[in-house]
Amino acid sequence: MGVGIEVINLNAWYGTNHSLQDINLNIPGNQATALIGPSGCGKSTFVRCLNRMHETNPIARVTGTVRIGDVDIYADAKPVEIRRRVGMVFQRPNPFPTMSIYDNVAAGLKLNGYSNRRALDEIVEKSLRNSALWDEVKDDLRKKSGASLSGGQQQRLCIARALAVDPEVLLMDEPASALDPVSTSKIEDLIFQLKSQYTIVIVTHNMQQAARVAEKTGFFLNGRMVEFDSTHKIFTNPSDKRTEDYITGRFG
Amino acid sequence: MTRIRFQQSLEDLKENLLVMAGLAEQAIQRAIEAYRVCDLSICDLVSRSEIAINRLERDIDQAALDLLAMEQPMAIDLRFILSVIKINADLERVGDSAKSIADRVRSMEQMAAAELPVDIPRMAKLASDMVRKCLQAFIEADAEQARIVLTMDDAVDAMNRAAYKALTKVMEEQSHLAPQALNALMICRALERVADHATNIAEDVIFWVQGDDVRHHKSVITGDKDPHALGQ
Repeated sequence: MGVGIEVINLNAWYGTNHSLQDINLNIPGNQATALIGPSGCGKSTFVRCLNRMHETNPIARVTGTVRIGDVDIYADAKPVEIRRRVGMVFQRPNPFPTMSIYDNVAAGLKLNGYSNRRALDEIVEKSLRNSALWDEVKDDLRKKSGASLSGGQQQRLCIARALAVDPEVLLMDEPASALDPVSTSKIEDLIFQLKSQYTIVIVTHNMQQAARVAEKTGFFLNGRMVEFDSTHKIFTNPSDKRTEDYITGRFG
Repeated sequence: MTRIRFQQSLEDLKENLLVMAGLAEQAIQRAIEAYRVCDLSICDLVSRSEIAINRLERDIDQAALDLLAMEQPMAIDLRFILSVIKINADLERVGDSAKSIADRVRSMEQMAAAELPVDIPRMAKLASDMVRKCLQAFIEADAEQARIVLTMDDAVDAMNRAAYKALTKVMEEQSHLAPQALNALMICRALERVADHATNIAEDVIFWVQGDDVRHHKSVITGDKDPHALGQ
């Protein structure tokens, strides 16, 4: 099941660039939360702080508290353990090109030393079913490579790969921006189904997409979170003029 | 400023709605004037303006529909377009009410004059004041002015109820005046509907400007916080 995320006084830097400033928010569990804002506003940096990916950059630095469930991820846990609990899907689908569909999904488990064949088969099938890809690939699991799938299928394969390690949180950084409208709606339908089991945080430039899939939406601007509220409120009657100006296209 | 073309389209939509508003307001004022001076040539003007109002109603709806489909507006822009669609419909019905009054004036012309216990000019002034004020609120995006319009509706309703009572009594007691009384009753009813449309327009202005849905809530008249307001 998904867990809530509590962020307290989060600050992040790239070198001297103070890219996130004093972020405080509570992301509810088992819901989709969308993050919107113009390019460079800090929303992608923010999600990378939720699974300690930000610190993989040698010039990056983070201060503050991120609590996922009961775990303070910067104090109580190792990055590898956090990334198992917090899966991530990127803008461009990135399946391992030489691996079969099956091995793509099982890769994370195998890396963690998982070797029980029957259990692996079950997890691969479950993950592919949960990512709404099973029916399309079940006959070619070991025959076809991940790279042979269409862009939309590759993205769902990456979601299956993220789900296979049984995360509680799924971070999605513009997961549909490289996809056609049909593949995009499949991903959105998937997000809708997955949020009953996982906490989803999605970064998107597509405001209609945020409005369609998310219960909560946060608006970032210049490294700060300007407004965080129900998606309904943000898109019909935001409290802050800067949010309204951005979502109505008056700047950005 | 980005989306310049979209912002220009919203301005164009507002301008077209103001043309529509001007036609509807003129129609109701002409209908009232036709009643006051019993002038059939003014009734003809009202009938002719209805054709223009109907055409403009379709054009405005089409433009609003195009913007919804093509631009996916958000927040205040979305509320504006939804309000325009609803105000447009109300203005068209104000035009219909003006035509109803003009039709009654035409039939009155063939009847003997009668003194009736109803002050139609006063009721007409109040209803047309409401139309003028709600349109001014729309032009100035002024929710407070729109809230004032909401407070005026009860007076028109009360006048309509009083007219109904007085005119049905005339019909019962002086049956030879029944046609004139019925005519006057229908004019009062048309004016009461004009006031209702002005109220609807005022509610739409408040929704557009403040995001508050104040329909069917008397608390807005006193300015109390509306628990059903959008996003509360």
